Amino acid sequence: MRPLAPALAALVAALFLASLVTGPAEIGAGEGLRALVSGGEGPIPLVMREIRLPRAILGLMIGASLGLSGAAMQGYLRNPLAEPGLIGVSGSAALGAVLAIHTGLAATFTLALPLAALAGAGAGVLLILMLAGPRGGSITLILAGIAISALAGALTSLVLNLSPNPYAASEIVFWMMGSLADRSMTHVWLALPFMLGGGAALLGLGRGLDALTLGEDAAEAMGLRLARLRLTLVLGTAAMVGAAVAVAGAIGFVGLVVPHLLRPLVGARPSRLLWASGLGGAAMLLAADIAVRLILPERDLKLGVLTAIVGAPLFLHLIYKTRGAQA
Amino acid sequence: MRLSRLISLGAALALAGAAALAEPAPRRVVSINLCTDQLAMMLAAPGQLVSVSPLAADPHSSAMAGAARAFPANHGRAEEIYLLKPDLVLAGRYSSRATVGMLRRVGLRVALFDTATSLADTRARIAQMARALGREEAGAALIADFDARLAMLAAPESGRRAALYHPNGYTLGGGTLADDILRAGGFGNVARDLGQRGGGTLALEQLVMAAPDLLIRAQPLPGASRSEDVMAHPALERLAAATAGLRITSPDWICGTPHVLGAVATVARAREALE
Repeated sequence: MRPLAPALAALVAALFLASLVTGPAEIGAGEGLRALVSGGEGPIPLVMREIRLPRAILGLMIGASLGLSGAAMQGYLRNPLAEPGLIGVSGSAALGAVLAIHTGLAATFTLALPLAALAGAGAGVLLILMLAGPRGGSITLILAGIAISALAGALTSLVLNLSPNPYAASEIVFWMMGSLADRSMTHVWLALPFMLGGGAALLGLGRGLDALTLGEDAAEAMGLRLARLRLTLVLGTAAMVGAAVAVAGAIGFVGLVVPHLLRPLVGARPSRLLWASGLGGAAMLLAADIAVRLILPERDLKLGVLTAIVGAPLFLHLIYKTRGAQA
Repeated sequence: MRLSRLISLGAALALAGAAALAEPAPRRVVSINLCTDQLAMMLAAPGQLVSVSPLAADPHSSAMAGAARAFPANHGRAEEIYLLKPDLVLAGRYSSRATVGMLRRVGLRVALFDTATSLADTRARIAQMARALGREEAGAALIADFDARLAMLAAPESGRRAALYHPNGYTLGGGTLADDILRAGGFGNVARDLGQRGGGTLALEQLVMAAPDLLIRAQPLPGASRSEDVMAHPALERLAAATAGLRITSPDWICGTPHVLGAVATVARAREALE
């Protein structure tokens, strides 16, 4: 079990490099990496520094955010089906981001876009916790999630349909499926503070989540302040998912698949699952983003398409298993 | 030129065939497509055209927005078109199939116009519209004028290459009207050289690597959108700073009407500025 952390870190590092050398422009790997480090004039340093580097960094950051927040929500709700995309947190973050862009708020000050997405995500998490709560079963959680997802999706589409900008309506796919194409360092700086803050908050929940596995009463007897844990969870998840959605759209299933795969490897301890899922999520999203550039590079395949193709069968498998437990 | 001759001959033959079946010149014509709107406004006799689509009056889409305000707009719904009692409806090949089918079921005559994908196509569309409206003489005059103006603009192959880059990284490759406009203006097309046919996306890094001589970008449109984000990408800004640039207002580039000559002239001026 010890070698898990270095193994995951090495995997993330390898995928990060692979992401840097993958792209439609034919640039040799060595040549590209040299240009990335040494800079200089000409198109190759421009492509490496302004196009591929932000894409790889965002893949890493967003994957880690989704994996970590998925693991944290699953730990708190003690339910393996809790995933930001499925239960509507990403969808409500997208609604916040779309509102900010199309009301012109995003143009008024730099942080308006991620803040609006954070507000949307926060509202989504709060609703889920109110409706499903720590005692709620899988059915309540999924039903609440479907309702919130559907409502957020419908309102997002409505805003985009009403926009006077002719491109707006075609953006529905982006907000539902997510993409890292043609993002820039501006987006990295926009998302980074929220993800760092949210990540620090969620990683600090480890001991509380471990205690919570014994049940709420036992956890409170051990001195856990449940209300505070819940508030930290809401803010941390909202900051991470909100920032991720604001720059890359809603990418589903990462927070579902990764904790599920890693849970046996960390002895089902929520505290260890948190950082492992962060690394695993980064690896999964980087791999998915490499894949969308290798399969159909000319069609701008959306990231969420790929993660859903991998994630949905697993989701069905989980439903099938929990169905037995419910009955 | 030979290909275009062949195309016009083909179009002429097809129209001659249609003419054998055609009824007398229509008196109440309704257009539901942006491009047929403009051709009809140019060719129709006074009072012949009774309604155009709302896009025709939108200055971002239509090269004849001012003229279109003189006509009541229809929204392409079968019911309102039927109530206008037209004896001919002009529609695009990609107008809603459901609407066109409904109009035909209620007994209206609908003329479908293909999208023009070249300057030669544009001549053919003018001829088709003239025939549909029973205005062959006006059509012949418009085509003669079109040919004369195009001949004056015609530019030699310069070896320079242009790239069209629109929001969402959208570009136009070979087999499109925009590609033919660039060719007539004396430019190759980066997207076509990369193997693009028709419209599609061009990855920003491919654009940067191709280092075009002329970068043609769309004007920002009202209302914000995420799609237009990429137009402010630092890599694109750097490329634009190092390249001749052109901000186009797109109406001249959209439809196969004589207004495409305005687009050709803009491109030709940019080429002259480079030399």
